[in-house]
Amino acid sequence: MRIVIIDDSGLRATVLEEGLREAGYDDIHIVPPRGGFVARLERMAPDVVLMDLGSPSRDTLEEMLSVSRALARPIAMFVDQSDEAMIGAAIDAGVSAYVVDGLRKERVKPVLELAVRRFNAFAKLQTERDEALTALSDRKIIDRAKSILMSQRGIAEPDAYALLRSSAMNQGKKIVDVAQALITASDLLGGGL
Amino acid sequence: MTTSLRIAFLPLTDAAVLAVARERGFAEEEGIALDLVRTVSWATLRDRLIFGQVQAAHMLAPLAVAVTLGLSQQPAPLSAPYKLNVNGNMLVMASAFAQALDPDVVARLDDPLGTAHDFAAAIGLWRRKPVIGVVHRYSSHAIMLRYWLASAGVDPDRDVLLRVVPPSLTVEAMRAGEIDGFIAGEPWGSAAVEAGLAEAVAIGERIWRRGVEKVLAFRTPWLDENPDIADRLLRALARAAGWCDEPGNKEALAHMLSQPHFVDQPAALIQRALSGRIVARPDMAPIDMPDFLLFSREATAFPWRSQALWIYSQLVRWKMVEHSEDKAAKAGSVFRPDIFRRALANSNVPLPGASMKVEGAVASPLAVGSKRGELTLGPDSFFDGRVFDPERIEDFLASFPGSGG
Repeated sequence: MRIVIIDDSGLRATVLEEGLREAGYDDIHIVPPRGGFVARLERMAPDVVLMDLGSPSRDTLEEMLSVSRALARPIAMFVDQSDEAMIGAAIDAGVSAYVVDGLRKERVKPVLELAVRRFNAFAKLQTERDEALTALSDRKIIDRAKSILMSQRGIAEPDAYALLRSSAMNQGKKIVDVAQALITASDLLGGGL
Repeated sequence: MTTSLRIAFLPLTDAAVLAVARERGFAEEEGIALDLVRTVSWATLRDRLIFGQVQAAHMLAPLAVAVTLGLSQQPAPLSAPYKLNVNGNMLVMASAFAQALDPDVVARLDDPLGTAHDFAAAIGLWRRKPVIGVVHRYSSHAIMLRYWLASAGVDPDRDVLLRVVPPSLTVEAMRAGEIDGFIAGEPWGSAAVEAGLAEAVAIGERIWRRGVEKVLAFRTPWLDENPDIADRLLRALARAAGWCDEPGNKEALAHMLSQPHFVDQPAALIQRALSGRIVARPDMAPIDMPDFLLFSREATAFPWRSQALWIYSQLVRWKMVEHSEDKAAKAGSVFRPDIFRRALANSNVPLPGASMKVEGAVASPLAVGSKRGELTLGPDSFFDGRVFDPERIEDFLASFPGSGG
């Protein structure tokens, strides 16, 4: 079974490809949706095409699937329209799948399920990375607020932090918000570091 | 009690009514918490609607007809009780191509018939078949482009290459030389002009003066099961549409739409279509086109069944579907004037008494019968002077050369 993954995020495609290979599929190709990708895809004559639901190039792909004379058999979305739970899971995960006509649904289902799991895993990874980045920038803001307090009030670092934390608790705010307010005020007063 | 509704939209200027219904509280006044789901392809918007991720969608009118007829992946009966706008499209071509057209851009845009013939000649002068981007096979844009090209004897399936490019990638595709021009909803034509990549060649409003564009589409079973929610939503949209047409609100509207969660393009660019002041070429002053994009006046939102049938006639004409009585009836029933009337029965929105009209027959503003006060219909003529009688689809189709009729 030849599977083509159309994706411009290198990482997500790799995560998906790895999963498919582990499951024993070995005829896998990754095509980024740029330039003449449709012609490349046509030459590959895939059995299954997997694509990110959020890619704007889906319309271009579907147009090719509906008019191509090069493809021997038509390819349509989702092999089993009656499996609503599967389709729902795929859409929620952001997977769109096009399957060549005549391919048995028992053969396609594991591929789809795997794609859904891998897409979800990738989304989770991304969320974690975003959270890590936010945490990093929060850290920097708090550090800066601490140094302002340390130099303006002549206190040690643990005291500066304790002061930020108690102000935040008293105001019902996050420490990072109090820190940001302090930096802004300090900048306005010309006392920034 | 507040009802939550999810509606999918594409980042385009003509999603304005939905944005305003949410941001200016019109939906909230009707007890609806609107969740607008930004989507970047028509395929995904369609899937979100038919597989139930959203309850309604900002959809290309021809796509709603095509999905109902089973022409676009999974078939599903869709209903459109409300038109979100009319007009708003622009065909832009690379300046190198446009050189072969009338250099007087105002005259060029004013005379679509002459320009279509110049365009046909320009195809011959071009070094290869020109590649023109359309946003979707089942888009008003593609249908209007085909109609316009064919008027000058150009076969859109033979003499040019139509390539599907999603709206948000049109400008990049121009820059990369993948297409020689494109027809899309705003702000993308203006964005290509602003980037110095293209100039205006034809305006949708000059091809069909009241061209059907986006509709609010629902799954028919959902619409049948939720009449109260649908009515409240339509009332909110009608008020939002009135707000959008107010000249004094255009600037605020452009700012609202420019935000990243809506269109994410500069407000000044978006305002061109909203105010009907179109920059056709980078070095030119804006041209006044008061009907460039309409949301409310002249019963813009009313879904005339004859308009769904006009779309159907064009799908048949270009052999995307084979004509039958049954399919025509199915296509016509996608537009739901009955629900529009029910929802807005106690509002101040004028309600046309009829559900069909002869399209293209109104040459100048015309007062017509309405359930409430006076309703004036704007001119709805086609640039080639044809009229479409929805009762005589076969005759209409036979009137085009090469139809075999």
